[in-house]
Amino acid sequence: METQPIVSNRLTSLFSTGKKNILNVYFTAGFPALDDTLRILRSLEKSGVDLVEIGIPFSDPLADGPTIQESNMVALGQGMTLKLLLEQLREIRKEISLPILLMGYLNPVMQYGVEEFCDQLGSIGIDGLILPDLPLDEYKAFYKNAFERNHLSNVFLVTPQTSEARIREIDQESTGFIYVVSTDSTTGNAKDISGAAPYFERIRAMQLQHPALIGFNVKDHSSFSFACQYAQGAIVGSAFIRMLQASKNLESDIETFVRSLRTGQ
Amino acid sequence: MNFNVNEKGYYGNFGGAYIPEMLHPNVEELRNHYLEIIHDPAFQAEFQDLLRDYVGRPTPLYLAKRLSEKYNTTIYLKREDLNHTGAHKINNTIGQILVAKRLNKHRIIAETGAGQHGVATATACALMGLECIVYMGEVDMERQKPNVERMRMLGATVVPARSGSKTLKDATNEAIRDWINNPVDTHYIIGSVVGPHPYPDMVARFQSVISEEVKKQLKAKTGSELPTHVIACVGGGSNAAGAFYHFLDHKEVRLIAAEAAGLGVTSGYSAATTVLGKPGIIHGSKTLLMQTEDGQIVEPHSISAGLDYPGIGPIHAHLFETGRAEFMAITDKEAFQSAVLLSRLEGIIPALESAHAISALDHLDLKKEDVVVLNLSGRGDKDLQTYINRKSEFMND
Repeated sequence: METQPIVSNRLTSLFSTGKKNILNVYFTAGFPALDDTLRILRSLEKSGVDLVEIGIPFSDPLADGPTIQESNMVALGQGMTLKLLLEQLREIRKEISLPILLMGYLNPVMQYGVEEFCDQLGSIGIDGLILPDLPLDEYKAFYKNAFERNHLSNVFLVTPQTSEARIREIDQESTGFIYVVSTDSTTGNAKDISGAAPYFERIRAMQLQHPALIGFNVKDHSSFSFACQYAQGAIVGSAFIRMLQASKNLESDIETFVRSLRTGQ
Repeated sequence: MNFNVNEKGYYGNFGGAYIPEMLHPNVEELRNHYLEIIHDPAFQAEFQDLLRDYVGRPTPLYLAKRLSEKYNTTIYLKREDLNHTGAHKINNTIGQILVAKRLNKHRIIAETGAGQHGVATATACALMGLECIVYMGEVDMERQKPNVERMRMLGATVVPARSGSKTLKDATNEAIRDWINNPVDTHYIIGSVVGPHPYPDMVARFQSVISEEVKKQLKAKTGSELPTHVIACVGGGSNAAGAFYHFLDHKEVRLIAAEAAGLGVTSGYSAATTVLGKPGIIHGSKTLLMQTEDGQIVEPHSISAGLDYPGIGPIHAHLFETGRAEFMAITDKEAFQSAVLLSRLEGIIPALESAHAISALDHLDLKKEDVVVLNLSGRGDKDLQTYINRKSEFMND
């Protein structure tokens, strides 16, 4: 019998420390400017975020609200592609030690070749890949090996409508964290997450094997702190993109944004 | 060779349900219940009554004598244009609204390109007293104003899709986003054989009434229920799926799918997916779609808003890959000229979509003894403005 390969990377190390109030920041590759990817990563690391998700731009981001849609269109318009993103990230581990995940829709990755893509991410030192429209069954049947041999964590989403049995199955297959979608919502919606406490408590009471991070509509200190009461941390995306969009000085604005999320000041 | 969907939702290499988790419970609910609902005798009784007395079925199978003379063969038109609301789309919306009621959904959303599916959905919602929200690209709202007003008169809310190219693909994106945001009380009535499983199969079943009737009608008229050819246009492909459905396993029947070539397949302004597309994921389904090398979905072009879609239903990708159906790319100009031809020869003004199917006649080497069934999926009232505006451009030679 084949032994189960263990996924071990910067992300799993982070969670193994038992750290609380984990801040995960999402941004779109190639936005606001085509070559801002590294600049933003440097600032995020300096500002003390715990991990980052880099969004792979797609022409038709179904699960995203207007803010991330717009950042995708801008990035694509500036010439961002999957190949270019890999080039930008090629030397990343010479200077950045943060756990890094890529997140995107399946089609661009499928055109590149899912296995080949996983191998590339492994060689660069990326720690995980989130493909929300990759079906769980398909992952298990075709891609699990490619993720595991490259020590890539996979991350699946659960929502307020996901059944307990399915959450258990997802937990079983996860090798990173459980992405707890805060509300029935696309990203960057105005829905308030404070009504989601019973759902967050239900997830917590399930005592899953993997840590949970709460994302979607986490946008400021108040929603971040609220989410952190129920999970190991939270993910901020659209609010960060909106800040980048308006920023005149990326470095100082990122520092201010992260401080404000953490402390409310 | 099997042309029906398998239990996992695939037609050969195509289909499936490539959806984010937010859509999973709704799609799963539908998948678990749609067959049981559709097979329920009470459902069938209600559905068949409405198709007969409200939609006006069966639609005639009309022997088009003058068109037959021109092509020196025998051509029957399946008159889906005579359905209530003017196209085949209502076969599906009546079926799905009855499914939605049985799933206790009271809010209905839909996408529309030309507005035909939007009007058919708004009509079904008015009939059942359900709230109706239709997403329509801002560009399409401008070029299909009468259908926007029809939907509003029927009580629907028409929401402009302002993302992307502001056409059908983007309207579909917005409808899917609405469903993500309203997963409990809402049913999404997809208008074609596209989207995650079970939509392609469910829509094909509701449209299969077309070929079911053709078989009976042809038997009565010719003594044989099998034609030599069935021709239909394909955007997403719901009318073609319905017209082909009961002939799929009859290998002797040639199935002809007319795609929109736009200005020509190599022009950069085309919607000929089987020529220009590669396997990929669009709107929750693995199928052929027009995309860049980087996997970004490409904007299509067709004179007909209903064929202006960068993918095709997974059943059609499978029929193409297996060679069971023959695909032909018809240009804007050919379709326009065929619309005029049918108007003059038979006194029937077809929809621009259906006009693509008529043009396929020019590409087939038809024999005298052939019996061709051409699915006339919709009427041309909605295209009158295009027919007026572009006449000099297309009819001057």
